[in-house]
Amino acid sequence: MTDAYVVGIDMIKFGRFPERSVPDLGAEAALLALDDCGLKIQDMQALYCGNLGQANAMVGQRVLQEIGQTGIPVVNCANACATGATAFREAWMSIKAGVYDVVLAVGVEQMGRGLLGGGGGGKGIPKEGLLGSGTMPAVFAEAGQEHARKYGTTFEQFAKVSVKNHHHSTLNPKAMYQIETPLETVMNAEMIAYPNTKLMCSVNVDGSAAAVLCSEKKARELGLMGRAVKVAASVLTSDPWQERDLVMPDVNTCTRKAAATAYEMAGIGPEDVNLVELHDCFATAEILHYENLGLCKDGEAGRMIDEGESALGGRVPVNVSGGLLSKGHPLGATGIANIYEVSTHLRGEAGKRQVEGATVGLTHVIGLGSACALHVLEKVS
Amino acid sequence: MSEENAAQGPLPVVDFLKLPEGGDPYLEGHKCKSCDAIFLGERNICSKCGTRGEIGPVKLGNTGTLYVYSIVHRSFPGIEVPYISAIVDLDGGGTVKGNLIGVDPDPEKIEFGMPVEVVYKDALGRKDKDGNSYTSYFFQPRS
Ligand SMILES: [Zn+2]
Repeated sequence: MTDAYVVGIDMIKFGRFPERSVPDLGAEAALLALDDCGLKIQDMQALYCGNLGQANAMVGQRVLQEIGQTGIPVVNCANACATGATAFREAWMSIKAGVYDVVLAVGVEQMGRGLLGGGGGGKGIPKEGLLGSGTMPAVFAEAGQEHARKYGTTFEQFAKVSVKNHHHSTLNPKAMYQIETPLETVMNAEMIAYPNTKLMCSVNVDGSAAAVLCSEKKARELGLMGRAVKVAASVLTSDPWQERDLVMPDVNTCTRKAAATAYEMAGIGPEDVNLVELHDCFATAEILHYENLGLCKDGEAGRMIDEGESALGGRVPVNVSGGLLSKGHPLGATGIANIYEVSTHLRGEAGKRQVEGATVGLTHVIGLGSACALHVLEKVS
Repeated sequence: MSEENAAQGPLPVVDFLKLPEGGDPYLEGHKCKSCDAIFLGERNICSKCGTRGEIGPVKLGNTGTLYVYSIVHRSFPGIEVPYISAIVDLDGGGTVKGNLIGVDPDPEKIEFGMPVEVVYKDALGRKDKDGNSYTSYFFQPRS
């Protein structure tokens, strides 16, 4: 089986673009990715497009209507917050299978403001605030509290995640926000769902990201191996049955399963990973995933954030882009934007936030419901 | 309009809350005879083990312990805050989510593992479009 490589990849600066359309945003990222490797839409053999908000509206085809209707196959993907990573993985599979040798993956989302989840529906009366909460900040607060229950993780430790990621984003011109948020500011911000304050919730933004994937033979033929990034592992899992499933989505087991498979597929261990972009939809979630991804032993995530091991310059920097917390979280674009961030470091092109000497990086997203997608990316030596 | 369409007494807020005539309210689980997994609401196939047609109703316990919680300070318009969203492991099996009442919404006052009981009350005055009132379940600390 051939190896698959990212040869072109880019994202737009995340923000709020209510005057633009979803296909328009997707088209911009697609063109950026094509320009990144000097290829044309006519060179693409297939398009894998991730979008959640208009999942039934042929977004991929509408992107092609903006940049070139070449008649190639288009697959539209929706997989909650794992949507972009799923589209990327479909593209990767088509290369691995030898069906195509150069394809395009696009992730795009346009979002409203405000709370996600728990909107009610169903018959009878609204259940929100009557049978607990289904809002995302509360759901992820409860997931974090499970860690607090087991290991004594504190509000302050969860808050430090947000301090770190907001600091990282000041070095990333493509992040939605570039604002320092000291610990007191994070902890004293409006409490949304304890222990998540407003600054510990990811930002709903519009955004898009895209990647061009190639087989090894094609990348060599095109002379694109110089800046190519190897996709050493691509893994997708769903959530296996858990005792508290019905009332408490489990983001841990599907991540642990995916991590074990990804490390085996890439032939590495977590100790070989130089940087990670993981799904910090809420500050509480990041703490869980240090352990789920094997970046530290179980019970050590609190110490890891306290000692700065996951900060830029630390043992294994996490969310150097600013993460979903500050770069922003346009659901369908997030997975490919994570891959863009890691690829940029492996290419040595990350400027002020460059993780020096990075050769292996990991990306992780969780779509609640649930889907977990992991990618291991390697510098081509 | 509404009042005429209203049923006789309050309705259960969810299907798995049972209000037997002349009996005490209780929560009903559905248990897989093959693997003992407990579900809320009726179903025919077990999503833990895949066994078909071997799931029957069980009465869930009225006591349990607090597994985890969040104190919700911002919710959707019209929803009164703050409230404690609690996940409770019931004695005898089954995990249920609901509001924890009878304790201040303050992390200092709430302990993981604290014993709670299930109580049944009016659903915070909420009515449906036909004017029906509802009975809901809540958790409160048990001494
Ligand atoms: Zn079963």
